[in-house]
Amino acid sequence: MAIPRIWRQIEEKYNLVGTLCKDCKKKHFPPREVCSCGCYDLEKYRFLGKGEIVTYTVIRISSEDNEDTPFRNIPYVLAIVRLDEGPSLTAQIVQCSESELMIGKKVEMVFRKLLEKGEKGVIQYGYKFRIA
Amino acid sequence: MVGIISWGSYIPRYRIKVEEIAKAQGADAVVIKESLMISEKSFPDIDEDTATMAVEAGRITLSSSAISPEDISAIYIGSESHPYAVKPTGTIVAQALGMGNGYTCADLQFACKGGTAAIQVAYYMAKAGLNVVAGAADTAQSAPGDILEYTAAAGAAMFLVGKEKVCAEIKDTVSFSSDTPDFWRKPQKKYPSHAGSFTGEPSYFRHVMSAAKMLMKKNGTVPKDYDYAVFHQPNGKFPSRVAKKLGFTEKQISDGMLVTRIGNTYSAASLLGLCAVLDIAKPGQRILLTSYGSGAGSDSFDILITENIIAAQKSRKTTQSFIEDKVYGDYLKYLKRAVR
Repeated sequence: MAIPRIWRQIEEKYNLVGTLCKDCKKKHFPPREVCSCGCYDLEKYRFLGKGEIVTYTVIRISSEDNEDTPFRNIPYVLAIVRLDEGPSLTAQIVQCSESELMIGKKVEMVFRKLLEKGEKGVIQYGYKFRIA
Repeated sequence: MVGIISWGSYIPRYRIKVEEIAKAQGADAVVIKESLMISEKSFPDIDEDTATMAVEAGRITLSSSAISPEDISAIYIGSESHPYAVKPTGTIVAQALGMGNGYTCADLQFACKGGTAAIQVAYYMAKAGLNVVAGAADTAQSAPGDILEYTAAAGAAMFLVGKEKVCAEIKDTVSFSSDTPDFWRKPQKKYPSHAGSFTGEPSYFRHVMSAAKMLMKKNGTVPKDYDYAVFHQPNGKFPSRVAKKLGFTEKQISDGMLVTRIGNTYSAASLLGLCAVLDIAKPGQRILLTSYGSGAGSDSFDILITENIIAAQKSRKTTQSFIEDKVYGDYLKYLKRAVR
């Protein structure tokens, strides 16, 4: 991932900053330029970082990426998390055993390393989730 | 009044028992446990480092305080495992804590006392009316096979220091420093080197005792004036012995002594002990805190708990809860996650 892109995503990745439509009050994550209602008048909105698991999968064979090395050990858990404020996102669930996982389980955001561009590269930090 | 407005700790969930490491090293676990007075240690997950742990502890600190993150003027983090050799940990943490852009920052390194040095800087800035975030985090390094492997652990302790609604007044702080080469790590080297038993008498004991005595002499206090004493804890033996030598009782040090259950969290070690004490301390109680950093120096603090602690302790995630929330890993899991 290019450095300017990592830099542009810092607010979003570190603190779950999305957007709020001033017209219909819909909240979006990731942030949007235009609301689905057609309104362009959006403001930044910081999500509280609480939500629940909509669905999940355990990844046992990971695809290789020569450029970016993700910080995770196989097996790891990927889930779709619905934030309490509405939007859903895909994120890794950390420090949990498979027996703890369940659809509907409450989760909370944690701050972790996401990936780095090789040994010499910049580290990208951001959100993952853990069982609340 | 200048002091601690809020505090927060973080300890990774993973633990490894001394027996597991002893098995890998071909050593006798009973002997190791007896000589180091430690039963298990924490270790980080593969995606945790000094910055992520400082953020977790910092978020607890700030969410429990009425002060807006944008009203904080500086951030100082002490560590010997900053993720970058060049590029500050502090800006990553400040960004994640929502401190805006109007703050100053520099990372500190003084072996295991970078965190208390950060608190001292914060203390003097707070006297000038500024709110400062200061603390320590470490994912301690130890070479596989080294004696340090039994103790080198991970954790973070962060504090908000200022003048408003102070829970723990910092009445005074002093330091005792000298050029003592007992433990070091050169650039490009992954693991630290140490001078074995030289890390004891001329290093840890000389500096901790001198700083603590200097503080008590300056403030006209004696050990029995303190309800709690917290010392840097590289193992269980050193702080117990130094407490005894100085005239503190087992009861005074037990609540701040975490090393036996989580290992040596390096620059966070004495500060996590302080967090554990702040979680339970009552107004009017007095704490003596003395750190130790190889190379070498000790910072000693005279801390008095105020009435504000009662409200501050409510609904805060405690250090004890992190100690109790644990999952054991075997040596392979430890190597895959914690040894970089």
